[in-house]
This record gives sequence, C-alpha cells and structure tokens, in this order.
Amino acid sequence: MSDLYRRFGGGLGTLFLALVGAWLAGMVLAPNVMMIDYALRPNLPPSQLGGPNDVYSLDNILYLANEGVHRAIFFKTVWASALVAFITFLVCYPMAFWLAQNATVNQTAIVLLALTIPFWINEVLRTLAWYILLAFRGPLNAFLLSLGIIDEPVRWYGDGGVLAGMTYAYILFMLFPIYNAIESLDKSQIEAARDLGASTWRIHWRVVIPHAKAGIATGCVFTFMLAAGSYVAPALLGAPGSRWFTEIIYNWFFEGGDWNRGAAYALVLLVLCLAVVLITLRIARVSLTEVAK
Amino acid sequence: MSAADRIARAMFGFYMVAFFLYLFAPLAIMGIATFNTSRFPTVTPWRGTTLQWFDALWSDSGMWQSLWTSFIVAFFVVITVLPIGTAAALVLTSLHARARSFMYAVMVSPLLTPGVVIGIATLVLWRQLGVGGGVFLIVVAQASFIICYVMLMITARLQRFDPTQEEAALGLGASKFMVFRRVLLPFLKPALIAAGFLAILQSIENYNTTLFVRGFDTPLTVYIATKVRTGLTPAVNALALIMIAITVLGAIAYEIARRRSAARMAAD
Repeated sequence: MSDLYRRFGGGLGTLFLALVGAWLAGMVLAPNVMMIDYALRPNLPPSQLGGPNDVYSLDNILYLANEGVHRAIFFKTVWASALVAFITFLVCYPMAFWLAQNATVNQTAIVLLALTIPFWINEVLRTLAWYILLAFRGPLNAFLLSLGIIDEPVRWYGDGGVLAGMTYAYILFMLFPIYNAIESLDKSQIEAARDLGASTWRIHWRVVIPHAKAGIATGCVFTFMLAAGSYVAPALLGAPGSRWFTEIIYNWFFEGGDWNRGAAYALVLLVLCLAVVLITLRIARVSLTEVAK
Repeated sequence: MSAADRIARAMFGFYMVAFFLYLFAPLAIMGIATFNTSRFPTVTPWRGTTLQWFDALWSDSGMWQSLWTSFIVAFFVVITVLPIGTAAALVLTSLHARARSFMYAVMVSPLLTPGVVIGIATLVLWRQLGVGGGVFLIVVAQASFIICYVMLMITARLQRFDPTQEEAALGLGASKFMVFRRVLLPFLKPALIAAGFLAILQSIENYNTTLFVRGFDTPLTVYIATKVRTGLTPAVNALALIMIAITVLGAIAYEIARRRSAARMAAD
C-alpha cells in the first residue's frame, strides 16, 4: 500500500484505491450481501416490510430442498454440467496435445486463430446455429435420413441438444488452458518415456496429464461454472423435460414474482459453483493465481 | 510403418476432420440458410435462392434499435472498466506476497461467479436503492466482471515494465503525475487497447447477466433470443453471416500481419 503512494503520490494513489474500493465494495461485495439478505427474508407485501413477519430464516432454501421437482432439476443441472465439462475435456485434449507438441508454428497459429472465429460472434448466435442444425426438419435429421442411419427424424432438442450446444460454446475455455499447460512440457520427457517402452496410452496417463493437471483443472472448473450458470443453451435447445436450474431462477424473478425465493436459489447456485471450484483446485493442488492466466 | 501406426494415424485424421466439422459446420449452415427462401432458417429443403433476408434485416428496426442499445452499453462499459481495471492492476502489483495473493483471489472471484448470479445480485441491490433494470444496471453488472479481464491483461503487461524508466524520469525532475502520464501510460497503451477491445466484445456478447438487469431495454443478444422464441426468420442469419464475415476478414488480416512481422524479424 505504501509502495503505491511512494510510486504515484497522494492524489493518484488515493484515486486508484478509491476506484478499486468502489469496484470491490460497491459492485462485488454489496450486491452479493444484498442477495444473501433477500434470500433469507420472506416475500412480503410492502405493508408488512419491517413488521413482525420480516425475520431472517432459511425457509427459502428449505423450500428448494423440499420441492421435489426443483430439487431434481438442481441435481440434474449439477451432474449435467459435470458431464459437459468431461465431454468438453475429451473433445479438446487431443487437439490441445497436437497443437502444443506436434504442430508447426504456422499450423498452431492458424488453428488457434480459426478456433477463435466461433467465439467472436456471441453465445446466442452460436446457440442459434445449433438450434437451426438440430431442428426436427433440420439439416442434421435430413443428412442422417439420406444416409439411412435413421429411419425417422429424431427430436434433438432436449438433453442431447443442450449437451451438444454447451460443449460447443465452451470449447475455447477448455482448450486454451490445457494447450498452455501441455506446451510447457519438454518433448524429451515424452521421448524418454517412449524409449523406455511406454505405450501411447501410458505416456498420456503418466506423463502428459500429470504435467497438464493445472490446465485441465482450470478448464474443467470454468466449463462447469459456465454450464451450470448458462441460460441461453437450455432455453433454446432444451425441451420441457430438460429444464435447467437457471430457468427456475429466472421464473421466480420474472414470472413467479418471488424475488426472495429466486435470490435463495441463486445463492445455492453460487455456493455450489464456488465449492466445486475450490474443491477441484484443492484436489489438483492448483492455486487461484494459476487459474486466470 | 506398422499397422498399429497406420490405424493411429487414421484415427487421428478422423478426429481432426470431426473436430473442425463440429466447430464450423453449424456456422456454415447458419450462414448458408440466409440465402434460402424458406421462412424458417434452414438448408433442407432448399426452397430457392434469395437475397430478400438482407432486405428484411435492413428494414428490421427492432434489430437496429437493439444493436444501438448494445453499442451504448459497450461504450459506457469500456469507459468504466479501463480506469478501474488499470487501478486494480496497479494496486495489486504494489502489494507484497501474502496480501497480493489474497487480493488476487478477491479480484478474480467475479470470473468464477455464474453470470446469472452477478445479474441477480446487482438487480436486488439497486432495487433497494430505488433503481430498476435498464441500460445503467446492464453497464454496472457487466462492468463488475469485465474489470477482471482488464485487470489481468494490465497486470500481465506490468510484469514486463522496467521500473528504472520511472526512476530516470523522476531523477530528471518530472512529477509523479507526469511520470504516470508520460512513462507508465504509454507503456500500457497496447494492453489498454487490447483490453478495451475485449471489453467491447464481452459486453456485446453478454446474455446471462444482461437478461436479469435489462428492465425494459433490449440489447442485441436479448433481441435475438426473443426472436428465436417469437418468430425467427433468416434475417437473424443475415446478421450472423455479416458478423462471421467481419470476423473471418479480421482473422485473415491478423494472420497476414503476423506473418509479415515474423518475416521482418527473420530478416533482421
């Protein structure tokens, strides 16, 4: 702190501290505290605010625990998000390995650039592309029908569509951390393992993956968090039977008109995500400093 | 080459083709559907080639209105996040080891918070203060996490800063403010431009956070998502196609510039 003042003088130093304070206190801490406050209070008409019924309780959170449908959707969102993270990892790992270890400088540059193209256009349009592709009378069904792989059109909207769209949307968040991690692995380690007779499978399992652990953990954590908090993919690619937890939250706010319960649900989602992030990082022994590269 | 190697090679080739097909086929189909007469955007069946959807996009006043809203939001987000993000990076780098890693965790925490939660938290706080959803809240909510990206990019650039430059300027009699303005800021300029660019993109592309704090204002992403629900026509595809075209041209220009500078480096 004193370094800051020594370097920039009183005026600028104070300005910088004020800006950072306004951000962390006003835009990060205060909103979250208010959300917790909302979550713990009952939903009352204005006349009863501050009255005898306006007391803190865990009712809104217990409501989620006791309401069977919402609870089921919550757990489904958790495991489906984990599944999205796992599938995204499977899709990205070979590409990340190839880019980091085998590709030439120009190949890497071109592929990385090409990879970013879908990500310059926004998530809604990326999801829309899948919405068009997976439509009941859409191109994918027409293609599979013409090949004779399926006999009648498949309803892709639902869990399958959501999974495909989400994996697509978060590829980059998985690929870049893993690529960065594998890139720092010395080629001679792989050669040494091969010379000692290790199979390809074993080289990856015992040499590459342990080395890239931090990158893999980072990619998985981000993908899980983004998937669990996603609204657009389930809203567009889902079906009534594949509702996502964020859709329930949205309904409490803008259709159910119970902001307190909505805030409680959002709080549960936040705690879940933070828990998954911290536990995953602890297991992989990665510090938060390494997460955001 | 052994049989096992050949199988491995074939599998890898198949993977590469599948990967890029997965990545680009949806975009290609979305783009091509722009030219199909069919009212619902698709490429099967092909009902005839047309350019009518570009006209439809041109005359879709709601689309332009929402694009304008997105630009306004992006503008205010940029002028909010650049000063705060830079200040955060400077405060962070002036801290010592323990305090620094703690502050770092605090400062990246919005990136680990789901977007919907950021939107909700902002919404309930400002309702308590009597402010409803709208452009102002969209800017506040988006800025709260876009600052993190700016902070990270400026911090990365600061690590390459040589403090003797500042000492030299101070030794020559410059005030601390002058040193900041004439030495540090010019050094940070490339990172500030890159961060500003990223902030604009992040702002325009955001949906999850914006959805909760938008009030009655409709930025582009919300408009498109609503269109999908209420009457999607290939006019949206025309917009997507234009955005893809700009992106591809930008990528090609970037690659040409990169090769030129690489060639220049090799020549030196």
